[in-house]
Amino acid sequence: MNPDHYLYLAAALFTIGASGVLLRRNAIVVFMCVELMLNAANLAFVTVARTRSEVDGQVFAFFTMVVAAAEVVVGLAIIMAIFRSRRSVSVDDDSLLKF
Amino acid sequence: MGTSVALLPGLPLLGAAAHLLGGRRTDRWGHVVATAVVFASFGLAVAAFVTMLGRPIDERRVGAVLFSWVPAPELSVDFGLALDPLSICFVLLITGVGGLVHVYSMAYMRDDPHRRRFFAYLNLFVAAMLVLVMADNFLGLYLGWEGVGLASYLLIGFWSHKPSAATAARKAFVVNRVGDIGLAVALMIMVAEVGSVSYDAVFAAVGTELGQGTTTALGLLLLLAACGKSAQVPLQSWLGDAMEGPTPVSALIHAATMVTAGVYLIVRSGAIFEAAPAAQTAVVAVGAVTLLVGAIIGCAKDDIKKALAASTMSQIGYMVLAAGLGPAGYAVAIMHLLTHGFFKAGLFLGAGSVMHAMNDETDMRRYGGLARVLPVTAVTFGLAYLAIIGVPPFAGFWSKDGIIEAALDEGGVRGVLLGAATVLGAGITAFYMTRVMILTFGGRARWNADEVHPHEAPASVHPHEAPASMTAPMVILAIGSVGAGAVLAVGDRLSEWLAPVVGEHEPAHLVPVWMVTTVVLLTVAVGVGLAVRQYARRDVPLVAPTGSRLTRAARRDLYGDDLNEAIAMRPGQRLTAGIVRLDEVGVDGAVGAVATTVRAASDRLRLLQNGFVRTYALSMFGGAVLVLAVTLALGSGS
Repeated sequence: MNPDHYLYLAAALFTIGASGVLLRRNAIVVFMCVELMLNAANLAFVTVARTRSEVDGQVFAFFTMVVAAAEVVVGLAIIMAIFRSRRSVSVDDDSLLKF
Repeated sequence: MGTSVALLPGLPLLGAAAHLLGGRRTDRWGHVVATAVVFASFGLAVAAFVTMLGRPIDERRVGAVLFSWVPAPELSVDFGLALDPLSICFVLLITGVGGLVHVYSMAYMRDDPHRRRFFAYLNLFVAAMLVLVMADNFLGLYLGWEGVGLASYLLIGFWSHKPSAATAARKAFVVNRVGDIGLAVALMIMVAEVGSVSYDAVFAAVGTELGQGTTTALGLLLLLAACGKSAQVPLQSWLGDAMEGPTPVSALIHAATMVTAGVYLIVRSGAIFEAAPAAQTAVVAVGAVTLLVGAIIGCAKDDIKKALAASTMSQIGYMVLAAGLGPAGYAVAIMHLLTHGFFKAGLFLGAGSVMHAMNDETDMRRYGGLARVLPVTAVTFGLAYLAIIGVPPFAGFWSKDGIIEAALDEGGVRGVLLGAATVLGAGITAFYMTRVMILTFGGRARWNADEVHPHEAPASVHPHEAPASMTAPMVILAIGSVGAGAVLAVGDRLSEWLAPVVGEHEPAHLVPVWMVTTVVLLTVAVGVGLAVRQYARRDVPLVAPTGSRLTRAARRDLYGDDLNEAIAMRPGQRLTAGIVRLDEVGVDGAVGAVATTVRAASDRLRLLQNGFVRTYALSMFGGAVLVLAVTLALGSGS
């Protein structure tokens, strides 16, 4: 099977994730899009590792998953806290940290 | 002997330290101790003098190295004091007149709240002056030189609550610094060229290690130093203002001792000057100009102390002139210095006594007829007056005639010019001193004639003779004014005494002595006559008349201050103003512009922080894309 297809898929997923992060207002959706981007990267890692018969990319993928899991814990907690105080999960509402 | 040499300046120094550090505890007895230590020094000096008299001529120098002062490998200086026939003259003068002035000050400063401080400064002065004349090297001399400058500054500004006194002290300090630069640079040259600052080593190096040019430079620098300390043209301007200090200070420091330090320096450095004819010519020129300038200024001053100060300047001009003549003049220069020490100190103490009697009035136009109420002052002042104008057999006659003869002995055009200047100076001296005498003691009493000075509430003054502790020093100094000249001059006693230090000289007598004496006495008589005609025969107006152009110029010190302001003060102020402007506009401007630019730029930049998470995310994406693009571009390139 041609490994290029996996890379195309990874690119497509990354683009979807990136546009989601930039365009959506809902913090939960933005968060999910970030996860999508991470997994696109993971897919690219393992594909390249496979084609080059090296294990480095696969190890990287594991690390990425661990970091992503930790990030989810912290990120969701922040979103929960903001929602509790402001009754909103729109990222545009939280624009006070400026100037 | 070494201990006694160390104690001479040591005792007054201890006195000064005790009074300055002891604080109010020494208020009650400080002045007595201060006077006692100076007299103790005088006793030691007399003892040393007597011992010295008893020795053979070439063993008269007594020295003591007290400690190693600058133990640097390249330049080792020991703190050494030495007494030789030259310095013992000064030591006796300083401690003798110093002691008398201390006694006088006890009464003069009796009611001053800062009497202790005054006596401490006087002690400090005596100690510094003794170090100056007793040092056996130029560095020690420099220490004393600066010490007397400090004491002079402190004492001129003693009544510093008066702005005029504070300004005068500052002026004296600054003008003296100009001269001191000369001495400092001379020291540096000695260190660089000879590697030693001791008198013996430096004088031995003249003509060997020191070339003609260097010797001339040294001579001129030492002359600059002497000009500053001795108030010679062009650094004369401070002496008149220095009269703001208490009168005993004027008598001791600004008449008898400190201002003669320049003469001492020139005589002591005779070996340098003799090897540098150009420098000697400069010394003689400075002396001749100053003696005339001082005399002319003296004619126009109405303030008794300023008239005497101008006279001091003029008399020191005589000494400097004589010192510039080489071995022919050293002995007469020192003789005039000693006799001047007596009669000028006497005149100042007399002036102090008059001021004491007149509620500190110094304007001679407000005096008059004081001979009747102040008989002792009038007689002592009168004797000193006869001495200064050079009436035989008073002290000034011997020394001033000696200088005039030495000047004429130069021969040629120089001899004629110098002779004319000194004789003319003697005539003018007779005029202004007679004027002072008549205005103060003669004529009708003008002290209660009241149209001017409305600010003085009690218009009437009741002159009274000073207490005995003030008149006694005046009497002793008057005796000195009468006899000192004959004692020193008859039989060439002083020149023989000084011969081991300054060398011997057989006067040439190009012009017969009787002729010189006659001409000088005639000139003096003319001066006295003119003064009598102008001030005794006519009434003296209370307000000075406008006067001729010369009188107005002399009243303003022959525009000495204006000249200093024009060539030094204003350009200096302009320079500093320019530098300040450069700093404010140039340096501050550049710094300010950088700050303004950075602030304006950051004002713009901070707007990028708009708080929207998506904007930050976009910039991160943009950045990542940029980094990626650059990496790929460079990667494909290699």
